[in-house]
Amino acid sequence: MAGKTIIKAVLRREFLLSVRNASASLNGVWFFVLVCGLFAIGIGPDKEQLGGLAPGLIWVTALLAVMLSVDALFRHDYADGSLEQLLLAAHSLYFLVLARLMAQALLIAVPLALVSPLLALMLGMKAAGLPVLILSLLLGVPTLVMIGAIGAALTVGFERGGLLLALLVLPLYVPVLIFAAAAVVSAADGYTYAGQLMILAAQFVLAVALSPLAVVAGLRLNYYH
Amino acid sequence: MRLSRVYVSIITIRHRGLGKATYNLLMWSWFHKFGSPRWFYDFSTRVLPWLAVLCAAFLLVGVVWALAIAPSDYKQGNSFRIFYIHVPTAVISLVGYYVMAIAGAVSLIWRMKLADIVMKEAAPIGALLTFVALFSGAVWGKPTWGTWWVWDARVTSMLILFFLYVGVIALHKAFDNPEQSGKACAVLSLVGTVNIPIIYKSVDWWYSLHQPATIKFTEESTIHPDMFWPFLVITTGFYLLYAVALIANTRLGILQREYRTQWVRSRLQE
Repeated sequence: MAGKTIIKAVLRREFLLSVRNASASLNGVWFFVLVCGLFAIGIGPDKEQLGGLAPGLIWVTALLAVMLSVDALFRHDYADGSLEQLLLAAHSLYFLVLARLMAQALLIAVPLALVSPLLALMLGMKAAGLPVLILSLLLGVPTLVMIGAIGAALTVGFERGGLLLALLVLPLYVPVLIFAAAAVVSAADGYTYAGQLMILAAQFVLAVALSPLAVVAGLRLNYYH
Repeated sequence: MRLSRVYVSIITIRHRGLGKATYNLLMWSWFHKFGSPRWFYDFSTRVLPWLAVLCAAFLLVGVVWALAIAPSDYKQGNSFRIFYIHVPTAVISLVGYYVMAIAGAVSLIWRMKLADIVMKEAAPIGALLTFVALFSGAVWGKPTWGTWWVWDARVTSMLILFFLYVGVIALHKAFDNPEQSGKACAVLSLVGTVNIPIIYKSVDWWYSLHQPATIKFTEESTIHPDMFWPFLVITTGFYLLYAVALIANTRLGILQREYRTQWVRSRLQE
């Protein structure tokens, strides 16, 4: 296992980078708000209709926002060579990658979760669904980051990997989308939602355990010559 | 201790001349042979015609039996006969994903070139089968459900399976270096393998209109034997077709990958 100091260093670096480059980190949030607005404009201002669609719309938009943020996850480090240094480090890559993904998951999930109630109210979702919407984003977005990182690692060598990344990753996002949207719909309609949230948590645990393995394999193959 | 004793006894078998085949089997030489594209190419040259003939026979008998002889369904009439195309392609498209993923795992673990080629060639075949299953399902859905397309659990999972295949194909095409693309596709297909059961279960939970599976191995099937036997024949035919297509495409892949070598040139000049 990698030493505690290096994991701390990785976490510190991630948080510092995101604070120093706050405007880039906020792009995902702006995208989230903007696309929800586009949906409202495209579908029409009928709040009844929008309210019913809101859980699905918000979740699909969040999923796209995560995918677009994750695309840049390793690209900078690949370009400037620090990724290569990370791969050469004498520490277990699994834990280094895991630390990094955890930091990114937090940095992506929390802002989205914080903005989501505002969007939900703008779209006319029932207020009973709001706490569950926040919870589902906090539980589901980290899973999406973990899965998306696999695609990001595989496509890091391509200058424009965005569309390819979407093709690789979006089919794998289906289970999270199903249970997250279902939890919010259930809560908004006044039904029980604990089961869906537990399944989201289970998916998160599975993703944390397995995805770093695939990410490490994906990063390594870019240095294969 | 024990392992060395086993080896000693294997060597004595060899010395006593008790059969080269036994010796080869025990010493894993089949495994090394199978990893050699050249050996596979020559082996498949001999086997493929027989397999193709067998496949044609099964398909011919199956098609005639299923379309002309088998009784029509009392509710669905003749439209139920689409079942004989729909179900085998749907089953094999799913099996095909596992074939691809296992080949990917073998190529990742043992760096076996042949497995790498098999994995890449399995992707387009699987995608085509998935498409046929979806298309035949749409054609079947119109007379029975009254609509071409429904967002039903199994239809949706087939659609996702199709995109999982498309992802592997797209990733494969994106790399210039065959070794890198092999590794990338292997990782992706293994990730997909972990996800397929999760996707199936979650989509299942989501909504369901599809009729429940009628052929069960553990209990009494709800399909009549007169309908079941032609199904078995035609499914065997489809499996053979899958094998023939995979072997033929793999041969092509071998030629493309190894075109610089001496043996490929000599085979092509023959």
